[in-house]
Amino acid sequence: MNAIQIADDVRSGRRSARSVAEAALAAVAAGDGDVAAFLLVTGDAALAAADRVDEVVAAGGDPGPLAGVPVALKDNLCTKGVPTTCGSRILDGWRPPYDATVVDRLRAAGAVVVGKTNLDEFAMGSSTENSAFGPTRNPRDTSRVPGGSSGGSAAAVAAGFVHLALGSDTGGSIRQPAALCGVVGMKPTYGAVSRYGLVAFASSLDQIGPFATTVADAALLFEAIGGHDPCDSTSLDRPAEPVSGSLDAGVQGLRVGVCAELVDGVDADVAKRVRQAADALAAAGASVREVSVPELRYGLSAYYLIAPAEASSNLARYDGVRFGLRVPADDVAAMNTATRTAGFGPEVKRRIMLGTYALSAGYYDAYYGQAQRVRTLVIRAFDRAYADVDVLLGATAPSTAFPLGDRVDDPMAMYLSDVCTIPSNLAGHPAISVPFGTGDDGLPVGVQVLAPALAEATLFRVAAAMEAAAPPTTGAVAAAPGASGEEPVR
Amino acid sequence: MSEWETVVGLEVHCELKTETKLFCGCRNAFGEEPNTNVCPVCLGLPGSLPVLNEQAVELAMRIGTALGCDIRPSSFHRKNYFYPDMPKDYQVSQYDEPINLGGALDLPDGTRIGIVRAHLEEDTGKTTHIGEGGRIHSADHSLVDYNRSGVPLVEIVSEPDMRSATQARAYAAELRAVLVATGASDGRMEEGSMRVDANVSVHHPGDPFGTRCEIKNLNSLRSLARAIDYEAARQVALIEGGDTVAQETRHWDEDAGQTRSMRSKEEAYDYRYFPEPDLVPVDPDEPWRQRVAGSLALLPAARRSRLVDLLGGHPTAAQSEQVLSAVDQGLDDLVVAAADTGAPAALALARAANEVAADVDAGRSLDPAAFAKLLTMEAAGLLSATQAKDVLADLLAAGGGDPEAVARDKGFEAMSDDSLADVVRQVVDANPDEWARFRDGDDGDRKKLSGFFTGKVMKATAGKANGKAVAAELDRLRG
Amino acid sequence: MSGREPGHLGRDEVAHVAKLARLDLTDDELDRFTGQLAQVLDHAADVAGLDLADVPPTAHPLPVRNVLRPDRPVPSLDRDDALAAAPDVEDHRFRVPRILGEAP
Repeated sequence: MNAIQIADDVRSGRRSARSVAEAALAAVAAGDGDVAAFLLVTGDAALAAADRVDEVVAAGGDPGPLAGVPVALKDNLCTKGVPTTCGSRILDGWRPPYDATVVDRLRAAGAVVVGKTNLDEFAMGSSTENSAFGPTRNPRDTSRVPGGSSGGSAAAVAAGFVHLALGSDTGGSIRQPAALCGVVGMKPTYGAVSRYGLVAFASSLDQIGPFATTVADAALLFEAIGGHDPCDSTSLDRPAEPVSGSLDAGVQGLRVGVCAELVDGVDADVAKRVRQAADALAAAGASVREVSVPELRYGLSAYYLIAPAEASSNLARYDGVRFGLRVPADDVAAMNTATRTAGFGPEVKRRIMLGTYALSAGYYDAYYGQAQRVRTLVIRAFDRAYADVDVLLGATAPSTAFPLGDRVDDPMAMYLSDVCTIPSNLAGHPAISVPFGTGDDGLPVGVQVLAPALAEATLFRVAAAMEAAAPPTTGAVAAAPGASGEEPVR
Repeated sequence: MSEWETVVGLEVHCELKTETKLFCGCRNAFGEEPNTNVCPVCLGLPGSLPVLNEQAVELAMRIGTALGCDIRPSSFHRKNYFYPDMPKDYQVSQYDEPINLGGALDLPDGTRIGIVRAHLEEDTGKTTHIGEGGRIHSADHSLVDYNRSGVPLVEIVSEPDMRSATQARAYAAELRAVLVATGASDGRMEEGSMRVDANVSVHHPGDPFGTRCEIKNLNSLRSLARAIDYEAARQVALIEGGDTVAQETRHWDEDAGQTRSMRSKEEAYDYRYFPEPDLVPVDPDEPWRQRVAGSLALLPAARRSRLVDLLGGHPTAAQSEQVLSAVDQGLDDLVVAAADTGAPAALALARAANEVAADVDAGRSLDPAAFAKLLTMEAAGLLSATQAKDVLADLLAAGGGDPEAVARDKGFEAMSDDSLADVVRQVVDANPDEWARFRDGDDGDRKKLSGFFTGKVMKATAGKANGKAVAAELDRLRG
Repeated sequence: MSGREPGHLGRDEVAHVAKLARLDLTDDELDRFTGQLAQVLDHAADVAGLDLADVPPTAHPLPVRNVLRPDRPVPSLDRDDALAAAPDVEDHRFRVPRILGEAP
């Protein structure tokens, strides 16, 4: 059972949205103790929303393409009147007075929001260990990280609590946890989904995107949330790309480039799965070749200058004046400092300082200015590559899920987790991670497809073909069986 | 000791007259209940995003056009610093790609002051300091109102081309008139919709410019002039006393009549400017630029030349003053319209600048045809000056009317030559000593005494006499 | 904004940056952060060293221009909602402890 089937059942009246919501809430209650995917479960609101969907169906209306489907939201998405913490003490208890645009669109599509999920504080991290409220655990192996920063959303879907979740991806924060948890995670073209109501980390890199157990479900969720938003100046002036209709078009004749820079240097068992996926696509009729895009290697450094720089500015507003935590002091500057010192965790502080330094007088040209030029290099390199291929293939993450605590004291090691995902954020291109078998340790591996800007249709098509040929992801799921008594995720 | 020269550059922040704020749909309104015109965007709440107000761009372009700037593709930057009136703790402004670059403003006396740039940026909220005297330095705590946060501003930076307080004041006055003429701003310094900061330095002509100080808290043109004079003198005294001028920001204390140092540090603050990632560049297309250029209202300088041309091109000193005053008060259209329907231009100008100016609002809506008719009556000698002014007052109050009818109702008719001669004779006879001095005195005496006699004649005729006719009669009597 | 070569990131610099960012670091954190930041910047040296004088910077990944909004009012927040999350309110305004200096 997947989201499409649920929506179908609910719209047709075969199943009530309420029963679906109740099952999801029960699964969370039973299993989230081990996983800690959720920071907040909005049970009453979910049931009320489900009831409204049922009313529409009973009246002969159509509640929308996601009718009655339970959805989890990463806790950096503003939900009106509902606490939105961003995994930080500095926003503990803050209730936004407005909904993010994507939340409006989800409700309009008939989805039922079940709760807010855990994340690395302000989306900064690759393991969800930087949350002020404790880590989330990988449902595949609860001694390991789910990845980050959208670890809670990935885990909620992987554990079978919900079929759909939203996360945000700035340097890989949807795709990498999707890979580590064995679910589908996708980052849209920059501007394809409105950022209004997404608490900003790095404004020129952030995008909201779907988690799902199947490519088709992810496609449906993407279509529901995408499209122009007049409240977001960086949102593209076009409706969401239609992608669901062409999922089964196959890959005959499509040109796939296995990208050396996204395979060399990753763990051997991960690389093996990438090659396996390439072979599967070839067998399905794609024309597969090896390509090299050397400039991608500069992506990590450029990212770790641009993202913290923008973040240092975006996070200045957390000053204890208008909302959130305030630690009292005699004068306002001291109050700002005391508040931020107490309210931010070490990784956030590290990045704010890195970013402030990269922008500071005397260093701008060498660091931030230079990084923006590298960005141009990366974009041009991708453009050149896409003259010869339609999509690129590579690993999503260099390894399978690592143990909790393994990298917390080594920021550089943590940053290296993003080396395969960062280039797409720099370029503003869409990319998706599809579960494709396991590593030698039996933990999930994700294979990544990358496409040029606005090529979501091609992206999803290739992803669907890969999914069809993917080996199973074995291994016990830590949480109870899923929301509708279905099998655990493969 | 060679002379000192003052060098002044002005930075003017002007609030744009838009309905809504620069980046959100909250109303741009002055004086409302605190925090009633705020939203997630102008409060800087997490997740909020800016969207640029089209009319703000239009008004910025009008300003650029009026100041002869190059209107360019532009982008926004973030200026990062912490302050409680700044909801995001950064200000969205323009840095190296401003919408308007270059330009100049010609002062009424013909001096040209260069403009460096005029760019868009957002305003901050307003803080009220609670404690001793409401001043920041002795406050116990402060209260912040974000109604003003996000209001669109254009910051106009001049070249350091001004050389005196008077010139700086003239620049500020002329700039205000231009801003009002373009419809971009209402230019009210007292309300804060136009804020002026002055950069002042001194040097010996020929030497490089000296170290400058920035003066803030200038709430009127008068304060501007006073502050510049004070600051220039302060700097000269410092240098002549063997000290150096520290580059700093100083606060004008209106009551004490002094500038005071505000910032202890001399180093420039590190604003860490970088391109605003939440906004995209603005590049007004050619049709838009043409529309702006084509719809620009007549600017003050052009209005002044128009009046001067009407006068035939060589205004007297008094007339030049009248031209400035008429344009300044927005009464030049009235003068032009009256002259167009045949009224004598010089008289129209004089009456507008002197009498109509007493009730400017009424004057701006006065029917030019009625005004013209009255002027023609006066010029033809049908009414004396005093009578004409009386009728004018009625016309102003009514917004128009028929001057002939009004004059009739008041019983005004011109005096006949004979009756005037009789009255003049009577006044002369009643004042023999003065008459003797008038008849035998020099030009100066005659001028003074002519006024004396005319005054008496006016009194005797209850203002009906025509001044020129009285003077002519006196001369005739003198022989 | 030009000038300094990327160089050795010292403890003093880090302390200065922390102040700019309104963060108070313990001595321990200062040491640790200095080391960690230096490591990241070392890694970024490969970027810093490239000759990219002819490559224009990218501020936005996709070339969009002229996104404008009509000058029409949209309902503001209810004042109560605007002030609801405020840590301290007085007289319908956000109250803060005294401000020691003017804006920089």
